[in-house]
Amino acid sequence: MVVAFIILGVIAILSGAAVFWVDSMARATYALALSFIAVGVQVLFLAQNYVGVITILMMVMEMAIMAVYMVMFMGMNPALMPMSMVHSKKASLIVAITTFVALTAGILLIDWPSRRGAPAADVTAALGEALMGSKMLVMAVISPVMVATIVAGVSLAHHRTRYDRFGDDLTERPARDPQPGGVGR
Amino acid sequence: MPGEPINVVGPAWAIVALLILGGLALMASMFDGVLAARSSSGTSGALRQSTRPFDEAARLMRQRRRTTVKADRPLWRIGGAGLLVAAALMVTVVPLGEWTLFDFDVGVVWFNAMDVMVWAVVWLAGWGANSTHSLVGGYRFLAHNLGYELPLMFALVCPAIAAASLNVGVVQSAQENLWFVVWMPLAFVVYLIGVLGFSVWGPFTPAFGADIAGGAQAELSGVDRLLFNAGRYALLAAGAAFAVPMFLGGGAGPLLPAWAWTLVKTLVVLAALVWLRRKVPAVRPDKFMEIGWLVLLSAALLQMLVVSVVVVVGS
Repeated sequence: MVVAFIILGVIAILSGAAVFWVDSMARATYALALSFIAVGVQVLFLAQNYVGVITILMMVMEMAIMAVYMVMFMGMNPALMPMSMVHSKKASLIVAITTFVALTAGILLIDWPSRRGAPAADVTAALGEALMGSKMLVMAVISPVMVATIVAGVSLAHHRTRYDRFGDDLTERPARDPQPGGVGR
Repeated sequence: MPGEPINVVGPAWAIVALLILGGLALMASMFDGVLAARSSSGTSGALRQSTRPFDEAARLMRQRRRTTVKADRPLWRIGGAGLLVAAALMVTVVPLGEWTLFDFDVGVVWFNAMDVMVWAVVWLAGWGANSTHSLVGGYRFLAHNLGYELPLMFALVCPAIAAASLNVGVVQSAQENLWFVVWMPLAFVVYLIGVLGFSVWGPFTPAFGADIAGGAQAELSGVDRLLFNAGRYALLAAGAAFAVPMFLGGGAGPLLPAWAWTLVKTLVVLAALVWLRRKVPAVRPDKFMEIGWLVLLSAALLQMLVVSVVVVVGS
């Protein structure tokens, strides 16, 4: 078990580093996806099955979408050609090494407490309780507010108004949309 | 029989599971061959066409691989073989009657994670060849994904809510009295549309469209093409097999043993999915986006509301 865990850790680190070695956006993106998958499997070892599988699910999905945007927006020649994955080398090297040293020093030097009591029967539920327990009401209120903000932001930012869609007296149906949809609105 | 405890079988049985999956995929492709022959040349010689998958496999295995300029070979190979792997990993959590390979407490999420793998795999198959048409096909598939995946997720949540578990075995035995398909018909339909989606089948074939010279599989040849298309049939089969414990009562049924009923139901669903290919038009990704988000997602959410209310009132 320990060996498998360590191997997964090495895979995660190496494929994470590969993101910067390779010269193509697609390889970088899917190297990152592999790194996340390895971490997700490691989370399974912590008996957090739901968290582990959902990490794999979300990250593969996210990387699949990210590859599209990476290829679209990165680089001068929309990333279809080989390109370097690094920039500002000196500054980022300094930041990376400092962060690594600080984090490792923290892990190694901290006086970790010894375990008191036994793990809960359902560790996923316990984790959720510990993370969210007292803040559930806040989160439940915030999420509709966030959605409303997104909708409001998009409709304010969009250059087309309802008058462009439905005509001056808002009676035109179906709406004049640049992109026709499948349900004939 | 439903309600019986799920027994975990040893890892060696994975070979049997793979053989069953392969058999189902083969039957699906033979059935598709028969349907293809019937729709093109009437009924004559249709049965003889059921051997077409074997001919095609033999042809592809002897075919020399096509090479393209500056192909991204590792990613291309992953794209070619990945569908089959995803389908094989899916069926690990599907119980065959009372036996399962992997009695996983979050099996439903596992299945979902594997169907998301298909996003990456098809896009990689499109990317790897370094060819415009095949990359366009890969992008089309991702656009379809955005349309069907969320409804599919909510459809999968419905049986899980009703059974109060993400374990496929528990979901199966929660249908002792009433199959979930009876009171979750919308979720079942949305789920099947999702299966068509992640198998790149029927309405979701524009990613392989003739207008882009075969799309994501335009440059796939030889054994890669064989694995890729076998993977699509295997995904269809895995999707049909997963519908049985989720919606169709698992191994419940008279006379026959549970494993036989599971296989029979899987075959029926699989045959329906294969048959649908010639009955439903292909939908453009941009058009499907609205169908997915306005119709399917609303239907799945409505179904979830009904299920949640029933569960809360019933308990």
